[in-house]
Order: sequence, then C-alpha cells, then structure tokens
Amino acid sequence: MQKPDKKTKYLKALKAAFPHTIPIFAGFWFLGLTYGIYMNVSGFSFWYPCLMSLTIFAGSVEFVAVNLLLGAFDPLQAFVMTLMINARHLFYGISMLDKYKGTGLKKFYLIFGMCDESFSINYTADIPEDVDKGWFMFFVTLLNHFYWFSGATLGGLFGSLIHFNTEGLDFVMTAMFVVIFMEQWLKDKKHTSAVLGLALSALCLIIFGADDFIIPAMVAILGVLTFARGWLEKGEKEE
Amino acid sequence: MTLIEQVIMIAAIVAGTMLTRFLPFLLFPAGKPTPEYIQYLGKVLPASVFGLLVIYCLKDVEIMRGSHGIPEFLSIAAVVLLHRWKRQMLLSIAGGTILYMLLVQVLF
Repeated sequence: MQKPDKKTKYLKALKAAFPHTIPIFAGFWFLGLTYGIYMNVSGFSFWYPCLMSLTIFAGSVEFVAVNLLLGAFDPLQAFVMTLMINARHLFYGISMLDKYKGTGLKKFYLIFGMCDESFSINYTADIPEDVDKGWFMFFVTLLNHFYWFSGATLGGLFGSLIHFNTEGLDFVMTAMFVVIFMEQWLKDKKHTSAVLGLALSALCLIIFGADDFIIPAMVAILGVLTFARGWLEKGEKEE
Repeated sequence: MTLIEQVIMIAAIVAGTMLTRFLPFLLFPAGKPTPEYIQYLGKVLPASVFGLLVIYCLKDVEIMRGSHGIPEFLSIAAVVLLHRWKRQMLLSIAGGTILYMLLVQVLF
C-alpha cells in the first residue's frame, strides 16, 4: 500500500507549492518570451532558447549569453562573466545549507535550480506541517524551471506573432521581491540586515552604476555583517 | 562561431552558474559541522539579500530622466500598502503590477 501513499504525498506538495509560483509564472513567461524573441531576432533558431533555458536556468545570464554567442569565441571570458553576474547565488547557497539538508537526491536538482525566485520562495515560504518540505521545494523549483523553459521556447517559436501590449508586466518580479522582503521583515526581530541590504545596495548602485554594482554591494554587505556580528548575535541571545 | 564552439561557450556559462550555486554546499557538506561564522551568515544574509534583489530589480530606473521613477515608486507604495492591509501575497503582487502597467501604458 505504499504507492498511493507516495502519490498523495507528491500531490499534496505540488498543491501546496503551486500558489507560491503563480507570480513567477507571469514573470517568467514574460521574461522567457522576451528572451526567446530576442534570440529569434538575433538569428538563432528556437532550439537555442529551448536548450539554454533548460541547462542554464539563470535569467540575466541568458540575455548576456546571446551577446557572448554573437561575439568572438572566448569560453574563459564567458565563464568569468557568468561568475560575476551570478555571484549572488553564493549567498543563497550559504542560506540554504540547512534547509536543503536531508532532501536526498533531490538536493542536486534543488541546487541546480536555485535561481533568485526559487531561493526566495523556498527560503521564506511557511510550509504546512503535513507537507513534505523536500518535495515542496522540489516542486517550486521544477515549476519555475518549467515556466522559464516553456516561455523561452514559445518566444523562440512564435515571438514575432505576439501583439498584445505587455509593457510593464516585468514589474511582477519587482513586486514579488518587495513582498518577500516584507515577509522577511515581519519574521525578523531585528531589521539591521534588511536595512543594510537596501542601503548598501542602493549606495553601490549610485557609485558603481547598474552594470557593476552587485559585487561591490555583496562585499559591502558581507563586510558590515561580519563587522557587526558580535552586536547582532548579542541582541539575539538577549531575546 | 561553429556549432562546437557555441556548445563550448554554453557549457562554460552552465559551469559558471553551477559553480556559484554548488560551491557553498561543496565547501560545507551536510555531514560535517558548519563553521559558526557561516551559520551566522546563513541566518543574517537572507534579509540583506532580499534588499539587494529589490534594488537589483530597480537598477535601470532613471531618476533624472523619462518618468523619473514615479511609476515604480507609486507601484511599490501600492504593493506595500496592500500587503500591510491584507497580507495576501498574490493580491499585493497583482495589484502593484496592474497599477504599474496602467501607469506606464496610459499615463507616462
């Protein structure tokens, strides 16, 4: 009788995960379609967005990849650029060390698919007691991956045929991160880290500009949090 | 670029992405105790990271030109108010996004 049991476990996790991914469905279809169209007008067949969305699964890098593929053959430069753009994922990994523990083989897929959105949901979501946490996070990641892949592929295939006015739909991602930021804020007792994240990132954006601010912002956040460790931890123990 | 060269380029991008995602898990495997400093970072970093992601989404907004970031400001205010009022994720996100689309398509 183990089979039906397992089936209900998967279904339950999928049902709990799906509502969390609805905003990402909207955002990824929009961005994915845009990406597919962009590849299409850059002269690549739909196979490129299709396979690249499956294997890379990191939005901003895939847009950069189009330019890299159009330029000179330089895999080392492509590798280093990817490291720079995706460096923020290092922070996600450090934050998920505990949560991804004990998820078995799924862990490889969870880490592979840990984009901004998968990380944010899996870190903040209140997973109901009776839902398997590992499978919940697995389905969040899988659904996100599927939205991105299907959006990119459809964009590559039919992108030029779309005419309905989607201007501004990409704001759905900003809105989602604002909500996630607020949820984290409501959970935290101290808001030092949240305020630091906003302020240091904004400061670095002003100093270094849109294309180069992420790494300085990460270094600044890491530096200040390390420096303030004694004080931040002391506060926690006093609670 | 030949097809082989393109495949190598894409493989390099996949490798770069995977390195940033897997590295913390390789450095601090589940079987061994994680250093206290890393555990501390794991606890305090997320709040900062969500702040970074919000700024990241707004990085191309130009305050001095175009619509001066007014649609972004108003829509984020709407998201915050909606979320404080009902605290329903989908409602806050949909409300803010629809307002933003109206603002950029109709007003600005």
